[in-house]
Amino acid sequence: MTKDDIILKVENVSKQYRLGLVGTGTISHDLNRFFAKIRGKEDPYLKIGESNDRSTKGTSEYVWALKHINFEVKRGEVLGIIGKNGAGKSTLLKILSKVTGPSTGAIKSKGRIASLLEVGTGFHPEMTGKENIFLNGAILGMTKKEITSKLHEIIEFSGCERYIDTPVKRYSSGMKVRLAFAVAAFLEPDILIVDEVLAVGDAEFQKKAIGKMQDISSQAGRTVLFVSHDMGTIQSLCSKLIVLENGRLIYNGKVKDGIINYLSIKSDVSKTRLLYHKKRSGSRTALFSDYNFSYKYENNLLIEGVNQIPSGALVYLDLVLVNKTKLERDISITIIVQNVSGVPITSYSNIFTLNNLYLKKDKCKVRFEIDDFNLTSGEYFFTVVGFDNQNKFDEIENCFKVDVLESNYFGTGKYPKQKRLGNVLSKSKQYNI
Amino acid sequence: MKKEKWLFEISSETKLIDLNLKEVWQYRDLLMLFVKRDVITLYKQTILGPLWYLVQPLFTSVIFTLVFNNVAGIQTGGIPPFLFNLAGITTWNYFKECLTATSDTFKKNEQIFGKVYFPRIIMPMSIVVSNLLKFGIQLLILIAFYIYYAFYLGAVIRPNEYLFLFPILVLCMGILGLGLGMIISSMVTKYRDLTFLVSFGIQLLMYISMVVIPLSLFQEKGVEWLVMYNPMGYIIEMARYLLLDEGNVSQFGISYTIISSIVALLLGIVIFNKTEKTFIDTI
Repeated sequence: MTKDDIILKVENVSKQYRLGLVGTGTISHDLNRFFAKIRGKEDPYLKIGESNDRSTKGTSEYVWALKHINFEVKRGEVLGIIGKNGAGKSTLLKILSKVTGPSTGAIKSKGRIASLLEVGTGFHPEMTGKENIFLNGAILGMTKKEITSKLHEIIEFSGCERYIDTPVKRYSSGMKVRLAFAVAAFLEPDILIVDEVLAVGDAEFQKKAIGKMQDISSQAGRTVLFVSHDMGTIQSLCSKLIVLENGRLIYNGKVKDGIINYLSIKSDVSKTRLLYHKKRSGSRTALFSDYNFSYKYENNLLIEGVNQIPSGALVYLDLVLVNKTKLERDISITIIVQNVSGVPITSYSNIFTLNNLYLKKDKCKVRFEIDDFNLTSGEYFFTVVGFDNQNKFDEIENCFKVDVLESNYFGTGKYPKQKRLGNVLSKSKQYNI
Repeated sequence: MKKEKWLFEISSETKLIDLNLKEVWQYRDLLMLFVKRDVITLYKQTILGPLWYLVQPLFTSVIFTLVFNNVAGIQTGGIPPFLFNLAGITTWNYFKECLTATSDTFKKNEQIFGKVYFPRIIMPMSIVVSNLLKFGIQLLILIAFYIYYAFYLGAVIRPNEYLFLFPILVLCMGILGLGLGMIISSMVTKYRDLTFLVSFGIQLLMYISMVVIPLSLFQEKGVEWLVMYNPMGYIIEMARYLLLDEGNVSQFGISYTIISSIVALLLGIVIFNKTEKTFIDTI
């Protein structure tokens, strides 16, 4: 087997779902399908359907969760699959793992596929840990012989030795996850599908799981398909990336460019113009009317109009102000950043930098250039306040939200994820003295 | 370019019969583990444990004997009514359990089917096998009473010389239950109405399956049409013929039973295969 051997080929795969209540009308649709089939025609309902945009109301009750997906995976590759909620990632994995069939198209594979869709499926609470290892292993496609030969390793990896002859219903939830992952970790499929299972479990477990996945792909030369929202993990694990949006494949190629491509998909936070914001205070002699974010990160490409920004990016926040008095004057603007708990994290203002901002006759644009956007991943809310001569002319609290994404801030691939590590990233050095 | 060889292909087209026997064979360990699971978990945390397997047919037989034979006066030939009923109920129970349990396959295992792939047919097959074990235990109690009646009460009973064909009859019953169960389970994924139909339909079916009323009585009353097209009726009648040498067995009955079992199984496989690919979207 050569390294360039294509192990998995997805050809023109689409998947249609019917929305609303399945029930009434099911028989009539089934009959229509049946009559079309005996007359040798195509399924009439496959011709209709809309793209699967969750937030806009559509007219058809059929939607395409996936449409015309084509890609190939080579042996030993780790393919990352990213996309927003509802982009079709899980549907794709379900089709690949044969849980459900595609509406059109075909998938060709040269290897055994096993999925780690959700650990612990098929555990029976009344059976002991050992019995469940056998059952779960068999469900995942191992033979009894294979499991017996690895039983010792599995139990050791799970760290549940003491409980192994106790019914699983007595286990803590953490122990169940450990046991389940241990079984899956010793699977030996040619293609392993992993769907965000790593999001559960404590830090130690996550580390163990990611380490195991790296072993699988690098040492054993097996292929891994990996779905995650965690850009840091994607970047460190994957060798290739595909991006899905509303059921379509919009990117297929290198990891780095793919992540940028993904981030530039406009976030689904509806962009309300600041001008129409109701909750505001101040003299209203001038008003904030619009805002726009753009940023540069790593490859110096300017990405415009997004609310999702990786940590450490060079961020441009542009504000448009409308002057209601026709009087030109100096102003100062302060932007306060709060975290999800409402705690102020930092602020940006020309009061401290003493940069001059000037309000023109009717409209003016102001740019905030934030050199080192050193917030940790998560959501942040921005409040803007404007002053002229000590008078507040406009203040809008929490007027927009920014999603900060994990990045390779320290250049090491490591990133502080725990809440207790704070909201601000700081560069520091450590050495013996 | 040479044609590439693929291990398997997933496509939107469904073949009529797509039963991959090789794959099913690969998963044989899973089948046995499911059987083991069913057996060891059914009566966990009960005091009587597997004794419950025996309580059910015994009590039913006692009640049936009281109601149908003592009160209603149904004649059972020279056979003690209790033994007559016990033989019928034991055999009937196997079919009933197979059918009701398999007809629930997709709904009951939605969770696990929605997460991992294995040949779905393993699940109904494991049910048929694990019920076979239960059936075996119930047969033992039948044999115990058989001996008791024959030697202590001196009843004139003997098995038929074709008793060795009994396993074939059981196989036939398993196939019929599996086939019908698969058909129903496939349809239940879309139309839940069937679940209700199965639970009381099987009750009604029992009365026209010669469990309590022998075929001869139906013939005597001129309502043979009521039971003529029910393969289960013939199976029960044949079971009693083999075990107690009592009952009518016709060539039509035998061939009808075998043919309908095989047809049910084939049809079941076809429908089941068609459903297993996409049922997770409709259930």
